[in-house]
Amino acid sequence: MWEALKRLYHRMGSPKWFYEISAKWLPWFVVPTVGFLLVGTIWGLAFTPADYQQGNSFRIIYIHVPAALLAQSAYAMMAIAGAVFLIWRMKMAAWVAASIAPIGASFCFLALITGAIWGKPTWGTWWVWDARLTSMLLLLFLYFGVMALQKAMDSEESAAKAGAILSLVGLVNIPIIKYSVEWWNTLHQPATLKFTEESTMAMEMLIPLLIMIAGFYLLFAVLVFMRTRNQVLWHERKKNWVKQYMQSRADK
Amino acid sequence: MSLVTATIKRDLVIAARNPGEWLNPLMFFLMVLALFPLAVDPDPKFLSKIAAGVVWVAALLATLLSLDALFKADVEDGTLEQWLASGESLFAMALGKVFVHWCISGLPLTLVAPLLALMMNLPDEAYSALFFSLLLGTPILSLLGAVGAALTAGVRSGGLLLSLVILPLYIPILIFGASAVYHAGIEMEYVGQLGFLASFLCLSMTLAPFAVAGALKLNLSR
Repeated sequence: MWEALKRLYHRMGSPKWFYEISAKWLPWFVVPTVGFLLVGTIWGLAFTPADYQQGNSFRIIYIHVPAALLAQSAYAMMAIAGAVFLIWRMKMAAWVAASIAPIGASFCFLALITGAIWGKPTWGTWWVWDARLTSMLLLLFLYFGVMALQKAMDSEESAAKAGAILSLVGLVNIPIIKYSVEWWNTLHQPATLKFTEESTMAMEMLIPLLIMIAGFYLLFAVLVFMRTRNQVLWHERKKNWVKQYMQSRADK
Repeated sequence: MSLVTATIKRDLVIAARNPGEWLNPLMFFLMVLALFPLAVDPDPKFLSKIAAGVVWVAALLATLLSLDALFKADVEDGTLEQWLASGESLFAMALGKVFVHWCISGLPLTLVAPLLALMMNLPDEAYSALFFSLLLGTPILSLLGAVGAALTAGVRSGGLLLSLVILPLYIPILIFGASAVYHAGIEMEYVGQLGFLASFLCLSMTLAPFAVAGALKLNLSR
């Protein structure tokens, strides 16, 4: 098992191998992604009973919660990929990290937007400086910083390294930011707008949510695969295998 | 004399001979503070309410502006290569550079802040909190900022980028610093906030120089 994993890891370092194998893997990810998202959306929107307090507006959690979860774990994945690149000099890891950044930022943005849309009918306002909202906003800023830094560098090598260092520094800071924002919030604001998420959720509401979370993670995997494939082609564009591959595509 | 102490001495001498290096952030600090009464409300009661936050935000921005030049000259004239060739630990080098930066930006800000807080009508009880929170907080601003400065040292128009990269990381310090001053102003305990700032200082002093050293090496490949 361990040996197999190690072999997989070493193979992952080869852009050509990744490009070929990911073409085979993609359908196996795309099909369940579509399936999970369809089932979860239809179940959540049409067949789940309305919340006794919030009515139908609660249904936005089927997009909001998975997006928020993913935005946070995508940052960790980006930082870990960056660390792999810094430690073992694996180019593929740098490309994966670069692919994750805009996807994670998009999910973060989606979580903020859906939160605002949910907040308007529920809290009566689009935005409050609630601890969760604020820390998501700061997470979005962290993503922006990483993306801006990667864009600003002249050479690909230093762009990848700078992005990796910054995302690792950000990863150390995320818990600190999160707790200090929560602390700040409890001091400055009366806790009138508490979203009782900790309360036990009814099974028929929870199951479609879990399906949606699985669907979002799969969607994330598909998007990262596709973006990384593009990165591989772009960075290896002067290599023979890419030229041959493009030629064979053109001939078809 | 080791390379680190020699560099510290050199940078301090340069700063002493170019007063602009440490005076400009101070003047900026003063001017930003003056904007708030003009833009919002000069009413003393209102000012004393926002003084804590405004002084901290202004100190943060002033530090941010002075960071851009931290490594720029060393990267451009080849000093950085000499550091690496010398075999001296980059960790110590980074700490030394940060120390000098704090001496010419954070320390003067800390010393001048009480004077400016007077203009902002800060409550009398809050002065010691303002002084100590800045004394503990500004070194953290320099340490974290040095990471950004090292990352953007070789980038053209890196100043704006530096702010984008570093500002989110400054939030916890801003929160605890401003809240210490605010709580002192309403006669509440503020030792907890200072304790948090002190622990952030220890954490960033041990970790940030590693990131600075890693980021400095990037500038060689260019």
